[in-house]
Amino acid sequence: MNLMEQVPVLPVVIPMLAAPFVMIAPNGRAPWAMATVVAWATFIACIFLLQMVSQQGVISYALGDWAPPIGIEYRIDLANALVLLLVSGMAAVVFPFAYKSMQSEIDPKQSSFFYAAFLICLTGLLGVTITGDAFNIFVFLEISSLSTYALVAMGARRDRRALTAAFNYLVMGTIGATFFVIGIGLLYQTTGTLNLADLADRISDQDNRMIDAGFAFILVGIGLKLAMFPMHLWLPNAYTYAPTAVTAFLAATATKVAVYVIIRFFYSVFGFNFEFLGAAFTWVLLPLGLAGMFIASLVALFQEDVKRMLAYSSVAQIGYMLVGLSFGTVEGVSATLVHVFNHALMKGALFMAIGCVVLRMGSASIASFSGLAKTMPVTTWAFIISGLSLIGVPLTVGFVSKWYLLEAAFDVGQVFVGFLIVASSLIALGYVGRIAELMLLREPPENAPSGTTPWSMLIPMWVLVAANVYFGLSTTLTGGVAERAAAALMSAAGGAP
Amino acid sequence: MISAGLAIALSVALPLVGCLAIWLLDKHPNLREAATLTTGWVLLILAITVFAVVNSGARPGYQVFEIIDGLTLEFRAEPLGAMFGVIAAGLWLVNSVYSIGYMRGHGESHQTRFYMCFAIAISAAMGVAYAANLFTLFIFYEVLTLSTFPLVTHYGDEKARNGGRIYLGILMATSIGLLLPAIVWTYAIAGSADFVEGGLLAPHFLAVEPIAGILLALYAFGVGKAALMPVHPWLPNAMVAPTPVSAFLHAVAVVKAGVFSVLKIAVYVFGVDLIADTGAGEPIMWIAGGSILLASAIAMNQDNLKARLAYSTVSQLSYVTLGAMLATSMGVMGGATQIAAHAVGKMTLFMCAGAIYVAHHKSLVSELDGMGRVMPVTFVCFLIGALSIIGLPPLGGSWPKFFLMAGAADIGQLAIIGVLMVSSILNIVYLLPIPLRAFYAKPKDASAEPVKISEAPALCLGAFCVTTLACLVLFFMMSDLVAFLEPITK
Amino acid sequence: MDDFFTFALERYNYWIVIILMMTGLYIVISRGNLVKKIVGLNLFQTSVFIFYITIGKMVGATAPIYIGDELYKAHGDDHGDGHGKGHDKDHGDAHNGAAYDDSHASDHDSAHEEGLHAAPQANDREANDLGSDALDHGDSLHGKIDNLGANDLKAAIAEAGPADGADADSLHDLSDRVDAGKIANDPLVKPPSEDAPALDIAEAPLHEGAGNTLEDFQGVADASHGAMEIMYANPLPHVLILTAIVVGVATTAVGLALAVRIREAYGAIEEDELEALDAVAEFGEGGAEAAGAAQ
Repeated sequence: MNLMEQVPVLPVVIPMLAAPFVMIAPNGRAPWAMATVVAWATFIACIFLLQMVSQQGVISYALGDWAPPIGIEYRIDLANALVLLLVSGMAAVVFPFAYKSMQSEIDPKQSSFFYAAFLICLTGLLGVTITGDAFNIFVFLEISSLSTYALVAMGARRDRRALTAAFNYLVMGTIGATFFVIGIGLLYQTTGTLNLADLADRISDQDNRMIDAGFAFILVGIGLKLAMFPMHLWLPNAYTYAPTAVTAFLAATATKVAVYVIIRFFYSVFGFNFEFLGAAFTWVLLPLGLAGMFIASLVALFQEDVKRMLAYSSVAQIGYMLVGLSFGTVEGVSATLVHVFNHALMKGALFMAIGCVVLRMGSASIASFSGLAKTMPVTTWAFIISGLSLIGVPLTVGFVSKWYLLEAAFDVGQVFVGFLIVASSLIALGYVGRIAELMLLREPPENAPSGTTPWSMLIPMWVLVAANVYFGLSTTLTGGVAERAAAALMSAAGGAP
Repeated sequence: MISAGLAIALSVALPLVGCLAIWLLDKHPNLREAATLTTGWVLLILAITVFAVVNSGARPGYQVFEIIDGLTLEFRAEPLGAMFGVIAAGLWLVNSVYSIGYMRGHGESHQTRFYMCFAIAISAAMGVAYAANLFTLFIFYEVLTLSTFPLVTHYGDEKARNGGRIYLGILMATSIGLLLPAIVWTYAIAGSADFVEGGLLAPHFLAVEPIAGILLALYAFGVGKAALMPVHPWLPNAMVAPTPVSAFLHAVAVVKAGVFSVLKIAVYVFGVDLIADTGAGEPIMWIAGGSILLASAIAMNQDNLKARLAYSTVSQLSYVTLGAMLATSMGVMGGATQIAAHAVGKMTLFMCAGAIYVAHHKSLVSELDGMGRVMPVTFVCFLIGALSIIGLPPLGGSWPKFFLMAGAADIGQLAIIGVLMVSSILNIVYLLPIPLRAFYAKPKDASAEPVKISEAPALCLGAFCVTTLACLVLFFMMSDLVAFLEPITK
Repeated sequence: MDDFFTFALERYNYWIVIILMMTGLYIVISRGNLVKKIVGLNLFQTSVFIFYITIGKMVGATAPIYIGDELYKAHGDDHGDGHGKGHDKDHGDAHNGAAYDDSHASDHDSAHEEGLHAAPQANDREANDLGSDALDHGDSLHGKIDNLGANDLKAAIAEAGPADGADADSLHDLSDRVDAGKIANDPLVKPPSEDAPALDIAEAPLHEGAGNTLEDFQGVADASHGAMEIMYANPLPHVLILTAIVVGVATTAVGLALAVRIREAYGAIEEDELEALDAVAEFGEGGAEAAGAAQ
């Protein structure tokens, strides 16, 4: 058996098979070490995949040798190779970080369960991304969601509200997933296939209400999962009360994967011949994206808990991605893909910085950030640099995202939207600036706990910060791949090149 | 001899190396300051090298790397930038000498941080000067904003926090909110963001015509550092900083970088002809005229010396914007020379103000009565600087006003000539009384004993003597400068 | 009006799905008790299970398990046991496309389904038998082409191909006839009357949609029975829904476990009580925080 041929299945299989072993490992260091190794192995597999895809084009892997469209197909093109790289890369960075952070934030007796659930969550997210089968997406989506509910609930050691947050997330997430599965059912009933490529083939010249309804169900279902503006209410609580490492991982990956799913359905399945798509762009994605950008940013401005503030900011950032999509052009889609990638980097770094603060100060409330530049300078600067990235200051990834988005907006003549985009990043300036000022210019509280932040947390955090700067300077990986991926998606969707 | 392209790259990179050295020499103040000064000297030599090469007609460039497809981090020296580079590098050196005297005389804390931020800021200013495209300009513009923020909030108290918040808030809000979209818009229309002689947008006349006014306004206000009213409040608020910082903000880098950017955008992105043909400059021209008068009027009512000088800067630098918007070759020339003339003049004034504060802790105009006898050199320099700003020959500041009036006359804007005249009178009203009071008025607590001369530290004194001299020299060297700048007016 | 009622009543299964779905959602939204919410969620999910089952159901069809007849023998000879099973699955899946093309009533598809089954069968039969089946086979292919376009058919054959590897000849034969079918089909798009009557039967229910009556269906069913003895229900929705049930059970389990933990932590499972408890905690904490910030 040639191993290289099996690479496409590895990202899903490795963490999935490892999870049970991690679960039965004795509590303490062992589960963490195993999980970290697994995460890195997955990451390496994903790097290979991206290389393969960018060299030889789309890879189709028939799971269990059942030929598609009957068997489940893993279909990897540039778009999902990029997302795979992102998800596994974030896992590879977050796992080392999690060890110390989790020692203080979750019950030590749960540590093996924690890492097992974390790995399953990773499996699910990678599975959603890699698969080319609609129902399989649902299954993996639920695999990741179910483990996420458990992970969020583990924050209960610090704050019991994690439990209610997890419960609400469960209710909303399940409704979302069920909507999605109804949508898939309707499409299946109309076309008789579940393979995405095959679906696209059969939908392309059909126009009936079944497909319209299926589209709407899928949009709403995934909208719930990705916290599209009015359906975002589960997110702030879940992110706030989850253990910080989990938040860092989820903020960087979970909603991103959902955005990817929506891109996949819009462009690879429905395509531009589908009349509903244009309407969805103009009347759903654009207004909701803009509303999310503004309302969530404004809400973030008034939060007393920094974690919650960033959670709202995530909702706002998802607004950017939706707006990028709504342009329906190559530039728009590549802007969204670039932002998916870049936003993961900045939010990952920011939440990790919060993790360091929580470890030291015991809380992420705004008061514990006061005077942090004096007590925790390394963390402070990580927070500030990634915060600047969030605002969109040049030389950081945030600027690259914003540039792509603005360019896309001006390209389609949506000048007004372009100005709204920058206006909302000014609100980001407001809330990041508020924290930065606290950290830099205030005195630390007198009874501030002293101590050192462990290297195992600082290094992963700074890796992401460095990535924020590196990908702000060199966009061949993000921008280049995203543009090619977007062009491929667009030509497949029959849109203007 | 190194190539000019490399000199450009080095002049951006060198201060960063200097910054590193300053950081490493944290514990040895003397060595640390030596690092600053060495950097300053080398930087000045580099800037002059570039200036000389540009003077010979070459346009040296240096491409660092490509960031986004078609958008490069790239430098290219042209007359305007080369001139700004020399001014910034030269005045930074002077300012560094002065800061050493000031900071030591004042016993300031966090000096290492202070010099580090200074070094980064000058690096950014050089980047702005030599930027080959809007994209590079924007990057260094933002770096400049961020690196000066710790300088503005140096004291870290409530007042500094508020000042810093307004400073950063306005500058970032305008640059991200207005300038960035304007750049992207330009990029979307022209397919490039390079500075082109004759104007990047000129070949796209039809596409630009309907939006030229909006686009130009976006640039004029987006470059918040140009302090065009009503985006000027950051400037008076930044006065909470130590005086060397104020001098740096006003004369060396920040405001200068702002007006320089406006001028550069007007010349190389729009092109003089495009602005003239579309009439897009006219509203901005009137706003600039309004800023000139209004800021002068406000300056008259400021008792705080530094605040008075700050409003004077708002007023004086609107001349540059005005010159750019006149859209004639004389106007552009007036704007360009005003950058140089105002730099040396205002630098002198600020350093004098700082010297007074260091030596006698006086910061209000009303406290200065009789001080001229205590600090004669300082006030003579102040007087010369003030006269230069007012525009009295034989001082550098007289030429720009002449050019601007000639430019206004060219297009028949007599009202603008009126504005310039009124402004000169207002300058006299708010600047001249300061040295006059110092020399002639009797001190309030007039005591019998003879006044003892007590000047600021020698390093401060030497610094502003140099700039005072520069005011004079500039008057006589103007024809050379004009010849050097000639290409940009075509 | 009558038509409308018939239309509505014939689709009673969908009404059940919708009513269940809305009931479930309503419970989730309106009830404050966490356990009741889970119940509502379950109802909501169940409605989807029923929806999937209902699209897999065909009147007169049996469970998709081979009941061993000549079909089975034919397969057994060619492929041996293990592969034989896979083979079935392949066919079942391949047919789905056609079987559910009519968006409204699975009943009408039976003719279709049958016709499609004939296709792989024909592959497996001996050359002599092919002749007698040829007509049926061709018709079913026509039907399929009409609805799905040539692409799909190609795909179906491509899949059938590797599985039936041994029957290279008959496969060629089949693809030849497919081409013939396509050619014949092209003019058909405009004047459908030219073709054999069997095709009309296959087509009628598919294109009329709402206007179908029971008689229509029976006619089709008879026609199909004439050609084929055994009809299988589409297995895929059942497989899918088994998976979905597993997911649903897991969700319920996690949800209930959370409810238990919440009760342990708060001593309540009513949402408004929880909010009140949180508010109390928040207020206390908030006061402490404000005091801390003031220092």
